[in-house]
Amino acid sequence: MSLDLNTTWFLLVGILFTGYAVLDGFDLGVGALHLFTRGDDERRLSMNSIGPIWDGNEVWLVTGGGALFAAFPDVYATVFSGFYLALIFLLFALIFRAVAIEFRSKQPMAWWRRMWDISFTTGSVLAALLIGVAMGNLVFGVPVRADGEYGGSFWHLLRPYPLLTGIMTVALFMMHGAIYLVMKTEGELHDKVRGWIRPTIIFFVICYVTTTMATLLYVPHMTEVMRTHPQFFVVALIGMLAIANIPREIHGGRDFRAFLSSSAAIVCLLALFGLGMFPNLVFSDPNPEHSLTAYNAASSDKTLGIMLIIALIGVPLVLAYTASIYWIFRGKVKLDHSSY
Amino acid sequence: MDLLLLSRLQFAVTIGFHYIYPPMSIGLGLILVIMEGMYIRTKNPLYHRMTRFWVKIFGLTFAIGVATGIVMEFQFGTNWSTYSRFVGDVFGSALAAEGIFAFFLESGFLAILLFGWDKVSERTHFISTCLVAFGAMFSAVWIVVANSWQQTPAGHHIVGEGAAARAEVVDFWAVVFSPSSMDRLSHVLMGAWQAGAFLVLSVSAYYLLKGRHVEAARASMKIGLVVAGAASLLQLVSGHESAVGVSKNQPPKMAAFEAHYEDATPGTLYLFGWVDEQTETVKGGLGFPGMLSFLISGDTKQPLTGLRAFPPEDRPPVQLSFQSYHFMVMIGMTLIAVSWGGIFLWWRKKLFRTRWALWVLVFSVLAPQFSNQLGWMAAEVGRQPWIVYGLLRTSEGLSKVVSEGMVLSSLILFTLIYLLLLVLFLFLLDMKIKQGPDDLDPARGHGA
Repeated sequence: MSLDLNTTWFLLVGILFTGYAVLDGFDLGVGALHLFTRGDDERRLSMNSIGPIWDGNEVWLVTGGGALFAAFPDVYATVFSGFYLALIFLLFALIFRAVAIEFRSKQPMAWWRRMWDISFTTGSVLAALLIGVAMGNLVFGVPVRADGEYGGSFWHLLRPYPLLTGIMTVALFMMHGAIYLVMKTEGELHDKVRGWIRPTIIFFVICYVTTTMATLLYVPHMTEVMRTHPQFFVVALIGMLAIANIPREIHGGRDFRAFLSSSAAIVCLLALFGLGMFPNLVFSDPNPEHSLTAYNAASSDKTLGIMLIIALIGVPLVLAYTASIYWIFRGKVKLDHSSY
Repeated sequence: MDLLLLSRLQFAVTIGFHYIYPPMSIGLGLILVIMEGMYIRTKNPLYHRMTRFWVKIFGLTFAIGVATGIVMEFQFGTNWSTYSRFVGDVFGSALAAEGIFAFFLESGFLAILLFGWDKVSERTHFISTCLVAFGAMFSAVWIVVANSWQQTPAGHHIVGEGAAARAEVVDFWAVVFSPSSMDRLSHVLMGAWQAGAFLVLSVSAYYLLKGRHVEAARASMKIGLVVAGAASLLQLVSGHESAVGVSKNQPPKMAAFEAHYEDATPGTLYLFGWVDEQTETVKGGLGFPGMLSFLISGDTKQPLTGLRAFPPEDRPPVQLSFQSYHFMVMIGMTLIAVSWGGIFLWWRKKLFRTRWALWVLVFSVLAPQFSNQLGWMAAEVGRQPWIVYGLLRTSEGLSKVVSEGMVLSSLILFTLIYLLLLVLFLFLLDMKIKQGPDDLDPARGHGA
């Protein structure tokens, strides 16, 4: 397969959103699990485990959105306006997640802290759910009009399949967040969180299997590529092996490798999404010929070329300094005078 | 309430609220670099304490800036999807560049700035502070480039016809260096430095009036005065350059700013006035005939384009443009007086004891907030009815599948949530100020 600019940008947007899922995925997962911690110390440790890095992680969403706008403006326009209320709720969820972290421990009152704890969890769960719902809609198909605009309603977005992918995303991030917490905590909290790994994996696997079955049965266009290129099945296999590897690494006390496996599982999941969807970005049902693709919804070649140069300069820089910053904050989370 | 009005109102509310925070972050960023730089150089623990204090406030403004900023990036797609289709090549590229180059940098190194005190060397921490400050300023670059392209489009060509018409990039650097972008960028940055500096001045003045944290307050005040004085003067220069540019590149906007109706006549410079849009005159104003022409071209007789040169549907709302522009200028002039008055008193060694002057400084924190908002109002209202000047009307940029009910709901929700955030922000800021820089929080208790 030759790598033209449109395909390159399909990949790059995918990489940006995958980076978001791997990184803010555990932030949202930690948020989703937050209310299961008990006592002010545990709550603070939970928030501070992501305290220094959640903001940088969220930038992957902002940049992914910006890249979508620049490379595939028609997709950005159709999806963001078409899924209007869902996007608005996503924004509110992200706002409340962000300010909850910043505000929670700034006052000592119990009611204040409980309010922001709930806000942190609600925002995190809602954000994960809505992101999964949006992705599910792109896959399952939404009515796209002849003029390229969304032709359905808000409730249309909450059909069983997208709801399923929404719940699966929550489950995935909870699993990923739990593994992250195991990596970053010690003592009593570490042991408690370690006990959450198995239920979160089970929850995710059930969702994943159900979604896979539903996709095989009801979303034929996603499995086309597997029929024509059976070698891609290996991606699904690696993903499953990665998930299976998690309990093995946790049991062996190799928390970081468990986290890597979880990250690999997310990458494989999104790779399958990309492989199945390509070249579609928004699958249209009915009227599949109205689908928005990497070719009919893209910017000009000149813009894609300029953006590619920007990406080639910018992304390696980002990866380099992000890795250094994570390295600086390696190790178990400890509460000190600068913590939340 | 029609869809256009609701969508514009929502954009105004969300951007107005958002714009309270990034200017403070950018301004405080600069001041943090100065304060921490002084510590690195002098090793005086006073500067270290000051830096620690202002870093906490920076963290607060930054977080709300980010939370409200994502709303803006999404809103082009949610409410202005037709605009997004038209400008995606150009405008989207600037936004993506903002993300890749600036947001990652400032949000990434923010980790070290806020939490890395004990994890890295003093030098590394200072470099992080510089990178965060630079990232914040660099993000201003890209968003101003994007908005400036709306004002003075360049570096593109239009491809396609009618509903399928799109702007496509022809010359990336011509887009970045469009006729207005650099003037507007310096104007935005100076406004941001003012926002940060006057916040620092206000808090420092408050401490001096209460006789608390005196040493830190004095040192902060000196830094604040230097930044405020420099920024306020430079603001006048960049404002002038921008105005000359507007007169050349967006004549109806300048005509609206000074209610210059009569075409091809010398322009009157008003200090203030009330525009009677029916009779197309300015009432109760203090105007200097010919002075507008003089400021723009050096010649009081230079004819300027008047509003009557444009059909009514191509003219911006005059009253709102006129008033926001003039109040912005008035506040700008006042800030020059306040900052340089403060510098004068400092020179005469009277500043720290002159209570009325300190009170002026306490309240001055509000001034750049207002001038920044008014400036943007002038810029955006003055550009109407265009969303891309001369190419696309605002009314043509709306989303096609979004209903009035949806926008009304989101508008109400945003307004309520943002009001809540504003109250919480002021409450937490007040608490932090009352706590002051000298007490470092114990490890237990709230991680203020």
